[in-house]
Amino acid sequence: MDIHEYQAKKILAGFGVAVPRGGIVYSPENAENKARELGGSKWVVKAQIHSGARGKAGGIIVCNSELEVAQATDKLLGKKLVTNQTGPEGKIVNRVYIEEATNIKKELYLGLVFDRSSESIMVVASTEGGMSVEEISKQKPESIIRSKIEVAVGMQQFQAREIAFGLGIEPKLISRMAEAITGCYRAFSELDATMVEVNPLVISNQEQILALDCKMSFDNNALFRRNQISELRDKTQENASEVYASDRGLNYVSLDGNIGNIINGAGLAMASMDMIKLAGGEPANFLDVGGGATPEKIVKAFKLISMDKKVKVILVNIFAGINRCDWVAEGIVQALQKIEIKVPLVIRLAGTNVEKGNKILKDSKINYIEANTLEDAANKAVKALGK
Amino acid sequence: MSVLIDKNTKILIQGFTGKMGTFHAEEMIKYGSNVVGGVTPGKGGSKHLNLPVFNTVKEAVETTGASASILFVPPAFAADSAMEAADAGIKTCVAIVDGIPSHDMIRIKRYMRRYSRVQKMTLVGPNCAGVISPGKAMLGIMPGHIYKEGKVGIIGRSGTLGYEAAQQMKNLGIGISTSVGIGGDPINGSSFKDILEKFEEDKETDAVLMIGEIGGPQEVAAGKFAKENMKKPVIAYIAGLTAPKGRVMGHAGAIVSAYGESAVEKVELLKECGVTISKNPSVMGETVKSVLVKK
Repeated sequence: MDIHEYQAKKILAGFGVAVPRGGIVYSPENAENKARELGGSKWVVKAQIHSGARGKAGGIIVCNSELEVAQATDKLLGKKLVTNQTGPEGKIVNRVYIEEATNIKKELYLGLVFDRSSESIMVVASTEGGMSVEEISKQKPESIIRSKIEVAVGMQQFQAREIAFGLGIEPKLISRMAEAITGCYRAFSELDATMVEVNPLVISNQEQILALDCKMSFDNNALFRRNQISELRDKTQENASEVYASDRGLNYVSLDGNIGNIINGAGLAMASMDMIKLAGGEPANFLDVGGGATPEKIVKAFKLISMDKKVKVILVNIFAGINRCDWVAEGIVQALQKIEIKVPLVIRLAGTNVEKGNKILKDSKINYIEANTLEDAANKAVKALGK
Repeated sequence: MSVLIDKNTKILIQGFTGKMGTFHAEEMIKYGSNVVGGVTPGKGGSKHLNLPVFNTVKEAVETTGASASILFVPPAFAADSAMEAADAGIKTCVAIVDGIPSHDMIRIKRYMRRYSRVQKMTLVGPNCAGVISPGKAMLGIMPGHIYKEGKVGIIGRSGTLGYEAAQQMKNLGIGISTSVGIGGDPINGSSFKDILEKFEEDKETDAVLMIGEIGGPQEVAAGKFAKENMKKPVIAYIAGLTAPKGRVMGHAGAIVSAYGESAVEKVELLKECGVTISKNPSVMGETVKSVLVKK
């Protein structure tokens, strides 16, 4: 789960990482007041969407008067921002963050991620803050410092110091920098995060060390024990169909093609999508109804796919194990009695009691195309597109 | 022979008296697995499915001599149960449950570092279908009848895609020594490489099929291991050719975030390691067959 910049900053501040003063607003009047409250003569107005690269998309505006702050807020609220991370549909701005401007002396990069090879937490730092980590590793790979943290004992002071010295920080600022790095690590490890990225982490002209921008993601599997994090979820930043699916216990990812899929199991779903591609088609979605493929889940899946206007053919591929094919077939028939499907439907059942399952489908008089193998199903789905 | 489990392996069910534990214990017993009892804290001393229930894994191991266990406990308590099994001397533990936090998985693995290589438990999963040695024993939730007994090892992340492979192989008359589901999570108990090592040592496994997917470094690490240390042929299929970058595809671990993690890149890197690639998921069985014929 992703959260907004202002939420991430609040979390980091709680772990002793300094951030610029600021406040969240929902209207231009709000914004003007917030600017006055913060004081000073220069502010940054920042669109809050779940994406990086907001600056290039016009989502970050520097202002020199309270009036400009109000105008910038007015311009951003309700706007759809398209960045290189949002996809062409963009993300809507419903909240704007007003922050005091910082005079930057030095911009650094600090990121923490899970390292799947060593199964530990990896700190990645660079002197080239402000660029994305992908750009840094292409253009200035020599500037990247990596440090693996042993999670059983946590980050040691020397490790934080080593990173700080590696970034070429002046000696008098080392201990404060080490504190900021340790604070980020603690936030990561104590809140079940999967990613913390401070970019840039800056040294100001007043020699403060500040997290100027921050992104955080959390482990969905750990949200049951992180109420304060779950509360930060903003569904307006997620794809509407994906929210609909996740609320109903389905694993769904919306894609660009026109063949809708209903499959049990994530691996089989990816494999079926691959077969569609090889057969010359494009999948409209990834949809895993779960290994069990219960009738309730199948009804929900048909409902979800039928809402997608792109879909011109639906491919159902269920490998039934302990949940037998006859039971799954009954689920499909029930679903189709409740939901009207206007596009061609290809169904492939496999596994336990497959003959019984196919017979139930045939006898039910539902309109569908039967397929026997994975390949057959993909070919028939692509062929049905032309009809 | 087979790896991890055979006909005589004594099996405990952790979370025995729950709905899932009961249902799958019955399935395993029907298949012929030697289930000797179960653990449900607080219900020790009672009987369930005519088998003894214990309060702790330690007590269960001391009384029954069990060496394998399978977890049917909710994700929030799964890490604790896995560590309890390791501490009680269980040698093979399968975690079926989907939804264990990654931080907990790391904790389990760090905890197990206290044991020497010989004493150390093999944790399989989480978020997997389990282990089956066809004709001998099942320590999982798969439909046992689709697996034919034989000499090919299978290691896979996905449950249903593993079933697909087993059925394709059965249709071609190819049997399986053991099939191991390592699960779809980013941090798992055993990696592809960990299980490959066991298959290489197993006298009755002739070849190994790896069913991988996008995300993480494990498939390629296993390919390198095969190139440097294995005499037996390895065949692989990698799912997720059409998966977009940066999106989680159902399995928490199925996300491309670095070079070498997409399906195309994994296939290229595995080919360089001398692994035979099944070019699509409908020819996994045929590809295994072609390798066995050459051998």
